[in-house]
Amino acid sequence: MKKYFKDGSTYVWLTGAMASLSMLLVAGLFLLIFYYGFSTFWQSNVATVKLKDGSYISGEFKKEGKNYNDEDTIQLKIGNRDLYGLDFRWFTKKNIDSVSYDKELLLVERNEWGVFYGFPKELQIGNESIIYERDKDRFYQILEQKLKFKKTVVMKIEDLEHKISKINYNLKNLDLERKSSTLERKEEIENEVLLIEEKYQVLEKRLFEQADKLKNIKLRLYTSDGLEKTLTLENIERYLKPNSLSILGKIGLYFSKIWEFVSDEPRESNTEGGVFPAIFGTVLMVLIMSIVVLPLGVIAAVYLNEYAKPGKFLNLVRICVNNLAGVPSIVFGVFGLGFFIYGIGGTLDQLFFSDALPSPTFGTGGILWASLTLALLTVPVVIVSTEEGLNAVPKGIRDGSLALGSTKWETLKNIIIPSAMPGILTGLILAIARATGEVAPLMITGVVKLAPSMPIDSFFPYLHFERKFMHLGFHIYDVGFQSPNSEAALPMVFSTTLLLILIVITLNLTAILLRNRLKKKYKGMI
Amino acid sequence: MSKAINIRNLSLYYGKAKALKEVTLDIEANKSTAFIGPSGCGKSTLLRCLNRLNDLIEGVKIEGEITISGTNIYDPSIDLTNLRRNVGMVFQKSNPFPLSIYENIAYGLKIAGIKDKSKLDHVVEKSLKGAALWDEVKDRLNESAYGLSGGQQQRLCIARAIAVEPTILLMDEPCSALDPIATAKVEELIKELKKDYTIVIVTHNMQQASRVSDYTAFMFLGELIEFDETKTIFMNPSIQQTNDYISGRFG
Ligand SMILES: Nc1ncnc2c1ncn2[C@@H]1O[C@H](COP(=O)(O)OP(=O)(O)O)[C@@H](O)[C@H]1O
Ligand SMILES: [Mg+2]
Repeated sequence: MKKYFKDGSTYVWLTGAMASLSMLLVAGLFLLIFYYGFSTFWQSNVATVKLKDGSYISGEFKKEGKNYNDEDTIQLKIGNRDLYGLDFRWFTKKNIDSVSYDKELLLVERNEWGVFYGFPKELQIGNESIIYERDKDRFYQILEQKLKFKKTVVMKIEDLEHKISKINYNLKNLDLERKSSTLERKEEIENEVLLIEEKYQVLEKRLFEQADKLKNIKLRLYTSDGLEKTLTLENIERYLKPNSLSILGKIGLYFSKIWEFVSDEPRESNTEGGVFPAIFGTVLMVLIMSIVVLPLGVIAAVYLNEYAKPGKFLNLVRICVNNLAGVPSIVFGVFGLGFFIYGIGGTLDQLFFSDALPSPTFGTGGILWASLTLALLTVPVVIVSTEEGLNAVPKGIRDGSLALGSTKWETLKNIIIPSAMPGILTGLILAIARATGEVAPLMITGVVKLAPSMPIDSFFPYLHFERKFMHLGFHIYDVGFQSPNSEAALPMVFSTTLLLILIVITLNLTAILLRNRLKKKYKGMI
Repeated sequence: MSKAINIRNLSLYYGKAKALKEVTLDIEANKSTAFIGPSGCGKSTLLRCLNRLNDLIEGVKIEGEITISGTNIYDPSIDLTNLRRNVGMVFQKSNPFPLSIYENIAYGLKIAGIKDKSKLDHVVEKSLKGAALWDEVKDRLNESAYGLSGGQQQRLCIARAIAVEPTILLMDEPCSALDPIATAKVEELIKELKKDYTIVIVTHNMQQASRVSDYTAFMFLGELIEFDETKTIFMNPSIQQTNDYISGRFG
């Protein structure tokens, strides 16, 4: 027995078991997120439930449970929030009389109040009316046609909105100019403003006209328990007949929903629609951070490793750098708020944007400040890995370069730093991995629930560093824990989490591939 | 007789430890001179004084004087870059840069500001031929230098050193990491190079010293014990210590 302990195989077992346990936990977490994340987009059939008391209700079965009497219950997503007030309801199984899947049942995705489950009744276009029961084919034909029409109208509306935002932009600029110009120029500006405002009115009128076109087309539906609802074309995002979809149709729908998720703007306080602005904000922020942190970290590491005089002081600096990596991220957030936003941003505002004061330009949270804060947060990692990379370069190579007459700086620039690239990239990978997942410091340096405009657009100077932005991590927090309708938002939380993980993995993988290619290049350099 | 290098009363301290003790030595131009002696006696240290590669080591203090072609190389006004271009060096462990074969040779020239492609091509070819490597690598100049064998890498380092056209070539045990065949090739090369360069070579291997060098310096514990023509050192040393070392009684 003693020998058994002595030869250590117990410990090998123990370490092995621990390692597998951690792997299992990670794998489990991933599996869970992948399962829920991807199953969100699958359209299941919509049941029509007949209850024992004779009433009907339609919806999608979500999960099963037990109530306090230990009876089996089942949860139904009943939608129609405008009529029922809530999206989900639990039913005791013994109260259910029968369940049917009606082929004609319609699922309508709307831009307010969530989905609608019901049956078609009538399509009204101005004074014309098409009754569903009389001519089902024609009903759908016209509905399809009208939805296509809606697309063109929406395009026109977007175009008009773009023009209007351009006008607003011009007006704002003129307004700023007026504050600081001579009397004559002021008059000129007044006239210009009047002209522009006229244009504005015309555009706005045309916008309303277009919107009215959509309002005049109405779809009348009724629910399985007989309530009626009229939707205007404006409200309808898309419709489908879930119970008569073929498997191929469902697969097509699945992918189109995924596409919508990654490419669309959010709707209904972020619980529906897509997360494109959040993806964009996250990736852009990480990119800006990388661009800042890489030179910063590399330069600092080169100084510490190559030029600074070794001794107690240098060791102290190294210890500080290492400890910096352990400071809670919220502290960096507070620092970013105080230093970047109030300090630098406030000064910038006073120097260059004093016309716009008191409303701040740079003196408030924005994507630049958030990125810089994250760069500070991650710079220790880059420093440490770069130093490791520099130390791993064999001394002989340095001597070789020096012996050829190159200066220390030339040696560093041409030989040492390129050879340390794998180490530097390792640092960047770690920095990116940390920065992508960080949320706390962003919440006080510029992230918002819903950004009015993207940090990159078609207006000069195209890249708007001062703008607030959306972020996937914050999106998860906001949708999952701050929204009033958290049950309905749950699928969104899972798919956003999945997306965030996928983005982190992609960013990491790119850097890892790059690093491995470099490693191959320097392979023989023992 | 023209003396290329004059070392006068050279002492070197690593911190408090005295690694070289008042070494005085004249090295002749266009001849090869070998430093022999047991491990740790200061051969490499002395060699690295000749191109001031010890300067960068923390805590090194040097006393005495070294003149090369009449100029004191420890004069503060000396241009290190020029000095090192004039005094090339090949190291014990081959140390090609993580670059292509071509770039390895061209590195010294590029640092010196030569960008002309045809000039570079010419020098690369000439240096590789000079290092007897051209035929083996002429079809793979743009491949990584790490694809070469150990012996080829060492000859590449020699080619790299002669590419900047030095007059003196320092070699610190250039064959100690090579197999016998590669060693023979490098030795052959050294004999060839002797015609154009002043060669100072550190070696552990007595046969090698006798094969490739015209003069030999025997060092022991940081002191220069005896310096004379190689023939004399090996056949008829005047100091007992040298004789003991040569005949393998210690070291
Ligand atoms: N960088 C250094 N720092 C401190 N001592 C050194 C250093 N390099 C060499 N030494 C010491 O100097 C002495 C001579 O070393 P070296 O010139 O390398 O000997 P050799 O080349 O003859 O084997 C040895 O005692 C060695 O420990
Ligand atoms: Mg040595």
